[in-house]
Amino acid sequence: MTATLIYPLTSFVEKTFVITEFELRKLRHDFTELITRALQPALWLLIFGQVFARSGAMHTGKIPYLDFIAPGILAQSVLFVAIFYGINVIWERDLGIVQKFLASPTPRAALVLGKGFSAGIRTLSQGVIVYSLSLVLGVKLNWSPLALLNVLIMVILAATLFSTFSLVIACIVKTRERFMGVGQVLTMPLFFASNAIYPTDIMPGWLKMVSHLNPLTYVVDALRTCMLAGSTSTFGLSLDYVVILVTTTVLVLVGARLYPRLAT
Amino acid sequence: MSDVVLEIKNLTRRFGAFTAVDALTLSVNAGEVFGLLGSNGAGKTTTIKMLTTLLPPTSGEARVAGFSITTQAVGVRRAIGYVPQAVSVDGSLTGYENLLIFAKLYDLPHRDQQARIAEALEFMNLTADAKRLVGEYSGGMVRRLEIAQSTLHRPKVLFLDEPTVGLDPIARDAVWKHLIDMRANYGTTLFFTTHYLEEAEAHCDRIAIMHQGKLDALGTCKELEASLGPGHTLNDVFTHYAGSALDTGNNFRAVSAERATAERLG
Repeated sequence: MTATLIYPLTSFVEKTFVITEFELRKLRHDFTELITRALQPALWLLIFGQVFARSGAMHTGKIPYLDFIAPGILAQSVLFVAIFYGINVIWERDLGIVQKFLASPTPRAALVLGKGFSAGIRTLSQGVIVYSLSLVLGVKLNWSPLALLNVLIMVILAATLFSTFSLVIACIVKTRERFMGVGQVLTMPLFFASNAIYPTDIMPGWLKMVSHLNPLTYVVDALRTCMLAGSTSTFGLSLDYVVILVTTTVLVLVGARLYPRLAT
Repeated sequence: MSDVVLEIKNLTRRFGAFTAVDALTLSVNAGEVFGLLGSNGAGKTTTIKMLTTLLPPTSGEARVAGFSITTQAVGVRRAIGYVPQAVSVDGSLTGYENLLIFAKLYDLPHRDQQARIAEALEFMNLTADAKRLVGEYSGGMVRRLEIAQSTLHRPKVLFLDEPTVGLDPIARDAVWKHLIDMRANYGTTLFFTTHYLEEAEAHCDRIAIMHQGKLDALGTCKELEASLGPGHTLNDVFTHYAGSALDTGNNFRAVSAERATAERLG
């Protein structure tokens, strides 16, 4: 009795990790990507961050502005990398790879989550970059192992969330041109309607409301809480985790439902 | 008589007002090499997509290895192998890795995986190139790897959508040699589509010709030729049933995908 219930679950977890493993094996061959991705967070922290810190225009309480945006830029770079992940499945669809996986007995949700999870692990390099830059710029970081572990988990979860979102978009639009268009349209609103580079307190009411519906806000809150020494959470770390996990679960289920569309 | 492994009844698929496959009924015996012929747009690929559970039928039913394609899709998927027309192995993994991932996805017992992969590589004559990236493979090697990948789990039926498109004659012969050997060794039923009549003639036990979504002719090569009277070739049969196909044909996406495949393999 219990075996029939447990098997699908263990099989799902196992298959998810098989997909993740092979997505990561492909990484060995594109190290250039890791380097080009380092550029954007560097620009935001070194130029945007420095200039705005000097202007003193942003009131971020007892935390210096540069410290304030370091976690925001980490979240932003995770978002920017993950949101274009779906282009890979469009590419795999134009070949015959998606079709072949869909004709195998692998659970659809495992195909989706496995890919999302691998994007999560790939994005960890952004964490290394932002931490290195923060160190150079004198951001007061929290080096406690528990805090670092939380940052690690949150980066993986956030990238899984946004890459799964990206996959859902890919399943709907199906072509590279439309996908790039939608991706461009989505990134900036998600970024600006969040607490990444300014506190939500200074937002107009409507934008503040939108920002509370934006998962990126909770990612930034969690990262800010754990990354910085002496920072406190706006929403509470547990709520951050709940929002991210629930959103990811919903997106994986939607993605599993839409994934077979790629084969038709 | 041998067992029926594939039973198709009134299988129909519409896309809006267009009927791609129209009440297709036929059955295929275990161990048979069965060729589905027809001009572009005749409904061959749509048929294969339904039989491999990638596309739900509008109406009708089919059973593959005893499993219904509509209500027992996972059972069907376990029982079949599928080689799509487009390139379906991953160029950024090695040949060995491409096989390993499918060994795991199809739940091959852990202790058998290495032996099964080694056997498949040997069988497809790819052992020496197992550790190379597939991106560096030739077209014929890519197809052989795809077949190895789709048959690791010893499927009862192997579906191949134009398995030799874009290959030179030598690579085509090699692919067919391996397919026929596989049938002999494992009793795999081969269900494939092709544009090459000489391939159908050389390898098929039976042939079906589709035209505008309908089954127009079914039988052995000899039977079909004889049906038009003495002295006719399979070419005559094809022209008789499928007509001159200039007015039908694929859409832009299908044509560009096909040419891209040919280019990648060639």
